[in-house]
Amino acid sequence: MGKILEIKDLRVSYHTYAGEVQSVRGISFQVEEGETIAIVGESGCGKSVTAKTVMGLISTPPGEIKSGSQVLYFGENILEQSEKEWERYRGAKCSMIFQDALTSLNPTMNIGKQIMENILNHAKVTKEEARRQAVEMLELVKIPDPALCLKKYPHELSGGMRQRVMIAIALSGRPKILIADEPTTALDVTIQAQIIDLMKDIQKKLGTTIILITHDLGVVAGIADKVVVMYSGKIMEKGDLNQIFYGHRHPYTWALLNAAPSLELENKQQLVSIEGTPPDLIDPPVGCPFAARCRYCMNICTEAEPPEYVMSAEGCRGQEERGSREEHRTACWLYHPDSRYQDIEFDKEAGI
Amino acid sequence: MGKYILKRFLQLIPVVILVSIFSFLIIEAAPGDPVDNYVRAGMTKEEIEGIKKEYGLDGNIVEKYGRWLVHVFQGDLGTSIKQNRPVAELIGERLPNTLMLMGSALFLSLIISIPLGLWAGLRKNKLADNVISFISYLGISVPPFWMAMIMVIIFSLKLQLFPSGGMRTLNVYTAGDLIWHMVLPAFVLSLNNMAVFTRYIRSNTITQLEEDYVLTAISKGTGKRKVLSRHVLKNCLLPIITLAGINIAGLVCGSFVIETIFSWPGIGRLAMEAVGNRDFPLIMGYTMFSCIILILGNLLADVLYAVADPRIRQGMDRDNG
Repeated sequence: MGKILEIKDLRVSYHTYAGEVQSVRGISFQVEEGETIAIVGESGCGKSVTAKTVMGLISTPPGEIKSGSQVLYFGENILEQSEKEWERYRGAKCSMIFQDALTSLNPTMNIGKQIMENILNHAKVTKEEARRQAVEMLELVKIPDPALCLKKYPHELSGGMRQRVMIAIALSGRPKILIADEPTTALDVTIQAQIIDLMKDIQKKLGTTIILITHDLGVVAGIADKVVVMYSGKIMEKGDLNQIFYGHRHPYTWALLNAAPSLELENKQQLVSIEGTPPDLIDPPVGCPFAARCRYCMNICTEAEPPEYVMSAEGCRGQEERGSREEHRTACWLYHPDSRYQDIEFDKEAGI
Repeated sequence: MGKYILKRFLQLIPVVILVSIFSFLIIEAAPGDPVDNYVRAGMTKEEIEGIKKEYGLDGNIVEKYGRWLVHVFQGDLGTSIKQNRPVAELIGERLPNTLMLMGSALFLSLIISIPLGLWAGLRKNKLADNVISFISYLGISVPPFWMAMIMVIIFSLKLQLFPSGGMRTLNVYTAGDLIWHMVLPAFVLSLNNMAVFTRYIRSNTITQLEEDYVLTAISKGTGKRKVLSRHVLKNCLLPIITLAGINIAGLVCGSFVIETIFSWPGIGRLAMEAVGNRDFPLIMGYTMFSCIILILGNLLADVLYAVADPRIRQGMDRDNG
């Protein structure tokens, strides 16, 4: 398994009347072939913008991908592709599904045509062959009576079915990467579980790499191999699923996980939330963006941006150590070698 | 959908009856009497009453309306008082002329507004959009009768390119001649719709381009042009079916103003003359005719919309079994 996608110092801004909104402010992470990586964070933290950049869906203007940003697909910087190359890339190498399957499907075109479009865009096949493949794709996403479904229109399907159709469309070009931008947010919980199971199943069958954008940590726990935690356009912490869920070192990751509602909550118990609001991305703070909401905020946090520290199982292991493999990294001053808080236990501190 | 259409047809009946009552009342309330045309100095009261009786104008309003209604149900729209010919025949005779003029006007406005609207929508807030928007605002604001006269002054009087009125040159029966006569009135008639359609298509294009399904289409690797022609265009033009459907009524009923200014022998002018002469059977005939056409036009638009948009089709079937 090699690196399929590598994002290096990606910076994306949107130019608005109010000023330049710095949606993504220098993030780097890599995706191994065949794995599922989840990007989590609050609304407006830059998750979707990152995903759209990888698909080449940032419209410029108002968007702007800053120079120096790199998105390497098998080592090639796709940000430098021509429009024609993008067209060959989208759908065939990398596909995307969106949050609301109803609005993401063309309301006046039947399902069959919408799937066949992707197939015919990338493969020189006859319409009959494309139709056969479309049926195959619908079978893959477990739609009952696929031949009938081809003739249906989006509004005739249920929410779960529509998301299955979206997945079928996305996979019909046999892409290596599937980006799922909040694929379950618009669905109810049982259907969510079905869609997540389906995605896992497909990954097993086709070996597709999945980039999952979500703010639902339950979904992440169910499917992801690796997790990237984003906050206000920056990566706060990244690592394996277990490292993030059980060995997280960043106060934001902790706060995020702590805010996830659990089934053990008692009736009428208040849900935990993170106090305050994310910073204004038109005029982002100098230091750590989370400083204003962080209960462990130190002087340095508001003065300088924290570097990424590589974590070991025991805690800190040293600054900016570049291993060949991505490790558990946290961007937080708490792990500066001179810090006295490296062994901080968030739960105990919060009295949980 | 069959049930839906039948239901709409049945709804037509009370509407037509109500409209006929109101138009009857309005005609009755208007000053002047159609018989005045036939009254000469020195006629006795009895003679005038005789004429009234001849044309079915005697008695009070209820009697008159009742008599008219009975005739209508027998398939007789009455006889024009002024022209002394059956109303149905007069309307039928003028219908092709109006259809021709209004049809070309509608056609003209569609073929011009669709590309203009799309272009403006695609270049939102750029120069092309601003120019097109400015012109279309002009088209909406300028009254057609004024435009008609300006056109006549420029193109007929000054430049002498087109005739100022009429449908044919005397004793010339070629299509070319007909089209030559039609240029000015059709253009003036099309302006307003052209402007309205352009605005509509522009705003539709802008909203459709922001729809998520456009992103999906791009994500499949579909090229820009194909995204437009395959996905956006159809969804943009759907609402135009409704707008054009409403215009079907105008298509058949003609235009009072433009047909009069360009002395086009159409239904609009016929109705205008009928009003001038207080020719009540003709006015009533015209009103009934236009009322039915208006409703049928809207029905046709709804049906066309259902044919084009699967969502509406399903809604119709659900509501009407």
